[in-house]
Amino acid sequence: MHRTGELYGQFETLEQQKESAALGMWVFLSTEVLFFGGLFMTYTLNRHYYGTAFGVGSNTLDLKLGGLNTVILILSSLTMAMSVWASHVGKRKATTSFLVATLILGTAFLGVKVIEYKQKFDHHLVPGYHFQIDYRAQHPAPNDDPKEIEAEKEELSKAFAKDPDLNAHAQLYFSLYFGMTGLHALHMIVGAGMLLWLIRQSMLGRFTPTYNTPVEMIGLYWHFVDIVWIYLFPLLYLIDRHQ
Amino acid sequence: MSDHIVPPKVYVGIFLSLMVLTAATVGAAYVNLGPFNIVIALAIATLKATLVVLFFMHARYSPGRTHMVIIAAVFWLAIMLALTLSDYVTRARDVGATTSVPQMLTS
Repeated sequence: MHRTGELYGQFETLEQQKESAALGMWVFLSTEVLFFGGLFMTYTLNRHYYGTAFGVGSNTLDLKLGGLNTVILILSSLTMAMSVWASHVGKRKATTSFLVATLILGTAFLGVKVIEYKQKFDHHLVPGYHFQIDYRAQHPAPNDDPKEIEAEKEELSKAFAKDPDLNAHAQLYFSLYFGMTGLHALHMIVGAGMLLWLIRQSMLGRFTPTYNTPVEMIGLYWHFVDIVWIYLFPLLYLIDRHQ
Repeated sequence: MSDHIVPPKVYVGIFLSLMVLTAATVGAAYVNLGPFNIVIALAIATLKATLVVLFFMHARYSPGRTHMVIIAAVFWLAIMLALTLSDYVTRARDVGATTSVPQMLTS
């Protein structure tokens, strides 16, 4: 395609070229909204029908790890935004450093997620044949706080009284938990791959104040993934903390 | 949007606001507000998302075309949620609740 410097032939100006890219990116993100939207719809209906089971399931999540991940992810959005700024003002080294920081924070998020998933496997909270909502209450680990286990037993017996099919309905919660956080994590992994490419391009000096569209577009994607987590955090971790 | 450069000060300010709102959403979850817990949680999440869209994603400095796409995305999501819910909530209350559970899942 005919190209003059940074300007591709089908565009009149760099300004127009950039705005077209942004528009295309937003159209893609709106399809992503609906992609995640289906899961949020499923979540809404099932939480409506099986509120007790969703509350019990939510309370098994580690709020400290979830909160930590929220902070990590929002911080990574800040570093991403800063790298867009640095590329706009032509600070090449700063652009690269902020991109590396974003990648490190994104990877840290995924690492914390691995710890959380591991706990769920240990406590038999992965939907399937071995799922048992009261596994941890029945088989506490030696270092578990006995008071916490007592509280959990009491919560479970109340919940079983309200919903005898608690074990089945809690699996719906955990299916959605793994489905939604899993799809989100997949987006993070894709984002991390794109960041690697961006870091390479940035080190090669490809981004200038007049051409930094890739930094900005991948930035939009990264912030979108952050927004998904902003909704997932209260919906999954904070259903029933007030008792 | 393109040539509007957002200063780092704004980004840091938005980041701090997002942190305060995250603390607020956790705090609010520990207070029993009945059905309003979910309303407050979603209101705070939407406020946070709006800040991210407007400033981190530069929507505030973007042309009308971009605004149209953003509004369309929210509107389509609203159609899906509203029409699906209007179906479910107007059925007999226990349609979902009594759906039989496969034996394998209950044992």
